Amino acid sequence: MTISPATNSSAPPVVALRGIGKSFPNGTLALSGLDLDVRQGEFLSLLGPSGCGKSTALRIMAGLSEPTQGKVEWAAAGTQTRSGSIGFVFQEPTLMPWTTVFNNVRLPLKLAGVAAGKASARVGAALERVGLQDFSSVYPRELSGGMRMRVSIARALVTEPELLLMDEPFAALDEITRFKLNDDLLTMWQALGTTVVFVTHSVFESVYLSSRIAVMAARPGRVFTELGIDAPYPRGGDFRTSSEYAALCRRTSDALARAMAAGGGE
Amino acid sequence: MSAQASARERRERALRVALPAIVFALVVAAWAAAVWFWQIKPYVLPTPSLVAHTLVTDWPLLSQSLLVTLITTVEGFVLASLGGFILAVLFNLSRYVEYSLYPYAVILQVTPVIAIAPLLLVYMPQPTAVLVCAWIVAFFPVLANTTLGLRSVDRNLVDLFALYSASPARVMWDLKLPAAMPYLLGGLRIAGGLSLVGAVAAEIAAGSGGAGSGLAFRIMEAQYRLNIPRMFAALLLLCVAGLLIFYLLALVNYLALRRWHESALDGER
Repeated sequence: MTISPATNSSAPPVVALRGIGKSFPNGTLALSGLDLDVRQGEFLSLLGPSGCGKSTALRIMAGLSEPTQGKVEWAAAGTQTRSGSIGFVFQEPTLMPWTTVFNNVRLPLKLAGVAAGKASARVGAALERVGLQDFSSVYPRELSGGMRMRVSIARALVTEPELLLMDEPFAALDEITRFKLNDDLLTMWQALGTTVVFVTHSVFESVYLSSRIAVMAARPGRVFTELGIDAPYPRGGDFRTSSEYAALCRRTSDALARAMAAGGGE
Repeated sequence: MSAQASARERRERALRVALPAIVFALVVAAWAAAVWFWQIKPYVLPTPSLVAHTLVTDWPLLSQSLLVTLITTVEGFVLASLGGFILAVLFNLSRYVEYSLYPYAVILQVTPVIAIAPLLLVYMPQPTAVLVCAWIVAFFPVLANTTLGLRSVDRNLVDLFALYSASPARVMWDLKLPAAMPYLLGGLRIAGGLSLVGAVAAEIAAGSGGAGSGLAFRIMEAQYRLNIPRMFAALLLLCVAGLLIFYLLALVNYLALRRWHESALDGER
C-alpha cells in the first residue's frame, strides 16, 4: 500500500504564516517575511542551520511568542482558542519530575478540566501508543532519555490535537533510539491523522520523516525553498537504505547548502 | 556485585555512626582526665559524670524548662514557616507586594535579634516577646528560599502550561509550588535551628524568672549561683533539642523528596 496522505498540495492549510517578522528586544532580527502554509495531515519539517529562527517560527505557531510583523491565520475561522488542538514537544522531555508518568501525561487533560475518571482511559491509551503502558506509576528520573521523550510525546498527543509541533525532539538521543522513535512517530502520525510540524537540523531525519520540507535561511530567518518528499509511507529500514532516499538526501543537502550560502549561516 | 555494593554500603553506614561515637568518647575521656589531673574544682569545670548526675537529679526542673523552650521553638517555627511561605507566594503573585515589603524583611533579618528583644519586652508580655523573636529569626530563610524556588521553574514547563491556557492559580498549585518544594524544605531546615536560637536569645534578654522559664533562663540562673554542673546539663539539653529538630526536618525532607529530587536520591542510579 502506498498511501501518501500529505503530498497533496491542494489540502487546505491548518495554519498559515503570512509575512511573519520577529525581532527581539535586544535588536536581533530572528525572522523576516516568513511565509509558510501548514497543510492538513502533512508531515512538514523545518530544516535549517542553527540561528535561522526555526524554533522561533514554531513558538509563534504555538502562540507562545507573538510575531512583531505579519499574522498567523488559522483555518478554523474566528477561533483564537487553539488550546487543546495543539500539542508541543520540546527539545528536552520537559516532564514534571515530582510526579508519575501517568500524572505527567494527564496534565493537558487536567488543565482542560477533564474529569479524572474520563482522563484515565485517555492517558492509558496515550501511554499504550508510545509503548509505555507498564510505566504509568514510575517517576521520570527512573526512565531512560528515550523513554522520557516517549512520555513527552504521549503527553502532547493525549488531547489528540489537530496540530503537533515538535522542536528538535530527538536531537539529544543516540542514533539507535532516534531511529526507533522516528519509526514510531510515523506510525502514530498515520494512525492519528495529526498534522505535524517538525523542527530539525538533520537532513537525514527530515527526509526520512517528512512529506514536505521547508528549508530555512538565516539572518534574517525565512523560508528559502520548499521540497516535496514524494516517497510513499509507510517508510522503514528499506527506505533508509534505498538509493531513492540517498538521492532525496543529496537534493535536500544541496538546497540547505544554497540556503546557507544565501543566508550566511555557519 | 550488588551484594558487594550493599556490604560496602552497610560498612559505610556503620562508620558514620561509629566514628562520631568514638570522637565523643575520646572527648569525654579527655575532659574527665583533665579535671582529675589538674584537680579542677567542680564550680570551675565539673566532671562529665557530675554533669550526668546533675541531669538526673535536676531533671524535674530542667525537663520543665526544656518543655517551655521547645514549645516556644515549635510555635515560632510553625509561625515563621507559615509567614515566610505565605509572604513568598504573595511576592511571587505580585511584584508590587514584593517591592513594598522585601526591604523590610531584609531589615528584620539583618538586625541582631538579641538587640531587638529588649525593646519587644517593653511592649509585650514575656512569652509573646520570646515567640516574636523566634519568628523574626526563622521566617527569613523560609521566605528567601521559597522565593528562589518559585522562580526556579523549568521555563519550558511554564510554556507548556501557557499552551494549555492554565490559570495563574493552576500554575501556582500544579507547577510553581511543587518546583519550589525542595527549596522550601531547605528553608525549613534552616528555620528549625534558628527558631531555637531566637527563643534562647530572647529568653536570655528577658532574664526574668518565674514559672514558665525556659532552658536559657536556667543557664543564666545557674551562672549567678555558680551552679556550673547545671549550666552544662541545661546546655546539653539545648544541644540535644537542636539535633532533634535538625534530624526531624531532615527526615521530613527525605520522605518528601526521595522519589524525585536529586538531593534525596540514594546512591544507586
